[in-house]
Amino acid sequence: MIQTNALLYLDGVTVSFDGFKALNTLSFVVEPGEMRAVIGPNGAGKTTMMDVITGKTRPDTGTALFRGNADLTRLDEAEIATLGIGRKFQKPTVFEMHSVTDNLLLALKGDRAPRRVLFARETPSERARIDEILETVRLSAVRKRLAGELSHGQKQWLEIGMLLAQEPELLLVDEPVAGMTDAETADTADLLRRINQTRTVVVVEHDMAFVRALDVKVTVLHEGSVLAEGSLDHVSADPRVVEVYLGR
Amino acid sequence: MSAARTYAVAFAIMAGSLAVALLSLLPAEHALHVPGYVVALLGKYLCYALLALSVDLVWGYVGILSLGHGAFFAIGGYAMGMYLMRQIGTRGVYGDPLLPDFMVFLNWKELPWYWHGFDQFGFALLIMALAPGLLAFVFGYLAFRSRVTGVYLSIITQALTYALMLAFFRNDMGFGGNNGLTDFKDILGFSLQSDATRAGLLIASAALLSLFYVACRVLVGARFGKVLVAIRDAESRARFLGYRVERYKVAVFVFSAVMAGFAGALYVPQVGIINPGEFAPANSIEAVIWVAVGGRGTLVGAILGAILVNLGKTIFTGVLPELWLFALGGLFILVTLFLPKGIVGAWDRLTAKRMAAPIVATPVRQPEAGE
Repeated sequence: MIQTNALLYLDGVTVSFDGFKALNTLSFVVEPGEMRAVIGPNGAGKTTMMDVITGKTRPDTGTALFRGNADLTRLDEAEIATLGIGRKFQKPTVFEMHSVTDNLLLALKGDRAPRRVLFARETPSERARIDEILETVRLSAVRKRLAGELSHGQKQWLEIGMLLAQEPELLLVDEPVAGMTDAETADTADLLRRINQTRTVVVVEHDMAFVRALDVKVTVLHEGSVLAEGSLDHVSADPRVVEVYLGR
Repeated sequence: MSAARTYAVAFAIMAGSLAVALLSLLPAEHALHVPGYVVALLGKYLCYALLALSVDLVWGYVGILSLGHGAFFAIGGYAMGMYLMRQIGTRGVYGDPLLPDFMVFLNWKELPWYWHGFDQFGFALLIMALAPGLLAFVFGYLAFRSRVTGVYLSIITQALTYALMLAFFRNDMGFGGNNGLTDFKDILGFSLQSDATRAGLLIASAALLSLFYVACRVLVGARFGKVLVAIRDAESRARFLGYRVERYKVAVFVFSAVMAGFAGALYVPQVGIINPGEFAPANSIEAVIWVAVGGRGTLVGAILGAILVNLGKTIFTGVLPELWLFALGGLFILVTLFLPKGIVGAWDRLTAKRMAAPIVATPVRQPEAGE
């Protein structure tokens, strides 16, 4: 077994779909407490990397470890979620027919076994926790509304709130500001920074202004592997990154 | 839906059935006398309603469109049929104390092992729940673990019931072949020909339907039900929140199959026969139409739809028997076009009672993440 203190450790991960290598010997390490931005053109493998980390896709070869001891290539989505990895999808995915409160209730950390859930009753501490998250993601005013009735930006925030309710150690956030207004984008950057005070965060994003606002270490993916890593200024100065982004 | 409305529905089913049952026991010349065939017909409708309820639980709340629930219904029916066959005893045509008539006819010398124990009602009752439940568990475990969903799952459920139909048609399966099981004499010592027994079976059907209705209502109203709806609307979101989706699906599928099995078990003594025709794929599809007509994902709509469509069928097949299937097909198209939420949905909109939107509103299908 590999010895590592990293919270998330990917090494030599390859995933191919019909001969096309979505990930090509990718290595990616995130330390506890870090916030990392992942950028890259379309098809660079960002979403596939998220899929490998969350157990949706099994890599052909390579190592994927969480906390240095949990082998992510052997666990399924539910087990990985229970282990402490939360994932926000690119497209906001909430339970549209449930109220905002119920969305959070279902996301709250707890025993997910059917026979436990069968007799679960909402406890005062759960209610308090939901109120707290509603404050954090600024949805208190719409708590009784159906999630399907929320605006696009509110759904994004609700999904982030559901991640918080899960109390994961690591949050994977896929394009959180897609389709948001400038003001919402700034608020989201602020929210992620606050979340990062207690949790490790990996953000995949296209929006360079947003990445700049986060002001964290950046990993550039290209054709399934890491092209460059470092501060945004550092990677922006890299001629290969410029080539990938501006075309040849 | 409020608890009061739930109990009102259950009460209405019980009170209505009790009234009909009591009126049927009046002397035949009495003005209010209800003939025996009406009692048996109503009892049959209630069994169909229970089947519809079981379909609605999995289709309306978890999005599993089973086109094979008739299989569980028929298996429950066969379990009851085997008990009723064993009760005939020496009163059969061949008078064999142990072997049912069709076995004597086939020249069988001894009772197959799986027919043992069915002379005991308690054992038969256990099998009525266990056999459909076990089949649903094995089928559900394999299908849901492999993440078979949507139209693929529907097609496999059709194949399941069709395969069982072909199997039960075979004489050497030991279930009476294409004639099935019939010629029943009595149940728990009560003659099946007597008005009192018919009334009793009607009340039993109403009681079971009410009981399962309340149970389903409690289930979908609790956190468990919220998880089910969450799985229906955004399965991968539920998975990434840590819910073992396949376990929830298997659990509900098994519960639903047991419900369908009991519906079939009560159906058989009231119609007097069970044969492989009950496995016909068309029967399962019809049950789905009842639910669609009444209102998917409302539970009460399933009951209403089953009773109304079957009432229509009884009347229609009396007047224009050859046109019934056209009428049923037309009804399905009309409901889909003009009443997408069924009768209950249309009623709710008319009365605008929906102040707080209940979780039972229309299922939405979101594209899975990553698609």
